Amino acid sequence: MGLQIIKPDTRIDFVGLRKIAFILSAVIILAGLGSLVIKGGPKYGIDFAGGIIVQVKADKAKDVGEIKDAMNGVELPGLVVQTLGLEGDHEYLIRTSSSDISSQDIRNRVNEALTKDLGADGYSIQRLEMVGPKVGADLRAKALEAMFYAVLLIAVYISGRFEQRWTVAGIMAAALGGVIYGVGLTGLDMGWLTVIAMVVTIAMCWYLKLNYALGAVAALIHDVIITVGIFSILGKEFDLTIIAALLTIIGYSLNDTIIVFDRIRENTLANKSNASFGNVINRSVNQTLSRTIMTSLTTLVVVMCLYVLGGSVIHDFALALLIGIVVGTYSSIFVASPILLGFGPGSAAEEVEA
Amino acid sequence: MQSLRLRIIVTLVVLVLGLAYMLPSVPGVSGSALGKILPGEPVNLGLDLKGGIHLTLGVDMETAMRNNLARLGDDLKSAAREENIFVLRPNILSDSRVEIVLLKADQQKGFEKAVADYTPFDIESVEPMDGSKVKYVLAVQPTYKKEMAKLTLDQAIKTIRNRIDQFGVAEPDIRKQEGNRIQVQLPGLQDPERAIKIIGQTAHLEFKMVDDTADVAKATEGILAPGRELSVVLHRQANGSYTETPIVLKKDAVLTGEYITDAKVQLDSWNQAYVSITFNSRGGAIFANLTGENVNKRMAIVLDGKVYSAPVIQEKITGGRASITGQFTREEARDLAVVLRAGSLPAPVEILEQRTVGPSLGQESIDKGIMSALIGMGMVLGFMIIYYGFAGFVADVVLCLNIMLILGGLVAFGATLTLPGIAGIILTIGMAVDANVIIFERIREELRRGLTVRAAIAEGYGRATLTILDANVTTVIAAIILYQFGTGPIRGFAVTLTLGIITSMFTAIFVSRILFDLYTKNRADNSKLSI
Repeated sequence: MGLQIIKPDTRIDFVGLRKIAFILSAVIILAGLGSLVIKGGPKYGIDFAGGIIVQVKADKAKDVGEIKDAMNGVELPGLVVQTLGLEGDHEYLIRTSSSDISSQDIRNRVNEALTKDLGADGYSIQRLEMVGPKVGADLRAKALEAMFYAVLLIAVYISGRFEQRWTVAGIMAAALGGVIYGVGLTGLDMGWLTVIAMVVTIAMCWYLKLNYALGAVAALIHDVIITVGIFSILGKEFDLTIIAALLTIIGYSLNDTIIVFDRIRENTLANKSNASFGNVINRSVNQTLSRTIMTSLTTLVVVMCLYVLGGSVIHDFALALLIGIVVGTYSSIFVASPILLGFGPGSAAEEVEA
Repeated sequence: MQSLRLRIIVTLVVLVLGLAYMLPSVPGVSGSALGKILPGEPVNLGLDLKGGIHLTLGVDMETAMRNNLARLGDDLKSAAREENIFVLRPNILSDSRVEIVLLKADQQKGFEKAVADYTPFDIESVEPMDGSKVKYVLAVQPTYKKEMAKLTLDQAIKTIRNRIDQFGVAEPDIRKQEGNRIQVQLPGLQDPERAIKIIGQTAHLEFKMVDDTADVAKATEGILAPGRELSVVLHRQANGSYTETPIVLKKDAVLTGEYITDAKVQLDSWNQAYVSITFNSRGGAIFANLTGENVNKRMAIVLDGKVYSAPVIQEKITGGRASITGQFTREEARDLAVVLRAGSLPAPVEILEQRTVGPSLGQESIDKGIMSALIGMGMVLGFMIIYYGFAGFVADVVLCLNIMLILGGLVAFGATLTLPGIAGIILTIGMAVDANVIIFERIREELRRGLTVRAAIAEGYGRATLTILDANVTTVIAAIILYQFGTGPIRGFAVTLTLGIITSMFTAIFVSRILFDLYTKNRADNSKLSI
């Protein structure tokens, strides 16, 4: 047999570690939420907030402040200049929150500001994007809608597959749809709508005793909140590609969770010695640990390549995936399964024999 | 085991198909003799990879409807006059209501009949005014309004397509979107600003008479005689910018751009570019009459509400030709000729979204994407062999097959490869081995339990298949939703991710099993397996 990272007889008491894990998760989530509150919500990129970005590649390093000063000759609301990608790329992103001025104007202004000390050949405008406020608002609503439907469909699928309760899952979906439609009529902001949707989903999973769905949905919301929180702490912007990354993280995190859940289901059915549910979970997580770590490693390796070598445009996307994969792996071990224990087939108070 | 041969045949067929579609995308193949017999084209690259412009245009439907109502109102006015019913100039109240004052109350019946017979209006309110006047408020029928909106949007798309064709862009993509929006994609364009100017210009050309008796100073303060309007004359400065001076025009256009059949750039004796326009026979006749009746008066050539020139009419102009001068550069004159030839937009358009990627950034993205894919793949391949030995080698073989199938599948389905799409493939490289890892770990477990190699393999595949399916469905759900809501690049990501999951299940479960079966076929039951 080849190498083994995890010894076959590994018996880590993951369930026993759940309190520490919950505290750790809570701290990270609170830090992220705190950052979101302090910064007044997520920092939207132009896809969602509207505005113009110009990506410039220069031959030599320039000081961000200098570019900004040079650009400041004429008034541009919310002008931000930042470096892009890795050091040595000499790539800069110039952004304004106004989408009123024409792209021709802003091109001229950038040219004016940069020609002075880089020369006409010393730089090139590589990308220019303008998103009007209307399109920005549309994209924002659509992005949230997508997140909402992803969570809903996944909750339905897991309930159906793992508990053979398609009808109940269907009822839940219909009820959720009704609630959202009702709340939607009040004209509430899409952000709040999504939050309400998530809360209602969790509440319904709990009420209908859809435990596997509850564990999985709680884990993926956990992952998304942490990724969003870390992005906020790092001061990164949210745009369409980050939403794509978040949805991928949802898919990936669930993938991990389902592998563990699947083993728990198998072991529960084969449980003839009447071991406690906690023990079944522990055994299952340990049995799949090797796979969980291997897959996370190979995925992390390629995403790391993407992060380091993939270029500036894809940089933040890769970063979101990096965070999400680490958190997703952690949550399938430490969050999803213990939640299953809390509400699972056995009683919640059942003691775990180490 | 009987089915082994069948499974090998299926695999080979898929392999050949995948190769046939993938190979043309490999540099050098598509032009060669091999490329000619293969069914596939090189993979479609998105705008973010080959460079180009993506535009979302919003058609100003409000203005379009108001213009429509104005025309309908004028039509009604003249139709009524034919029956000796007189009304005042219609007043547009909103994009669906118009106010018309009837001069004689005793003609109400006749007027209402004219409204019902000749117009798509419903009478909303009737209000007697002082004297014998009656004020009517007419509302346009909703079905007509809807139809009009559709026509306007179609007309706008047609005009934009015409302009782009004349401008000469290869493979433009123009399509209608919800909410009166039009999406335009122009790959590989060198001068985006010029293209935007050409696409976005309304190019509403009108000829109006200048009222030289009016007091311009008073007009700028807002005091205007009825039927007059204030406009501006553009004067080109040496640096290319324009200054504006006010001018008073008679409001009714005497001729419009809809009679134009051709527009060309010409040079005058000072080498100054101007645009020569040719009218159709009807337009030519109107123009001849007009110039004949207005000798020694000034006529303004108004484009999108601004006066480009206001020459004095020297004599009656027959032959249906006119020229627009305005100290244009040659490029400006050419662009103006393009928009006039292609016709005016039925309503102003607003650029709601614009994404321009230079070709160098696109190529750089491709190079960097391929580089990270290769390095990432190399690491994963090495990792699998070190960790799983022979089994790892099997996983590596099917991983390579998988990547090939993704690329082949992209071409076969006519999908577009975008930068996030490349990221999707790279992500798949990492995630695709997951299926094999799950199977291998299971086989290891079964071997530890004391099963023979062949039994362990059978057990491993049997148990893991459903798990893998379950786990992957969720990612496919996420990807499908992403596809539903996403724009171009994001869709590319969703497509490659979904394709990657499907092909990886085929290669990792179906194909790798064949390799194991071949391996164990002629070996004793108690032989060892490197896993």
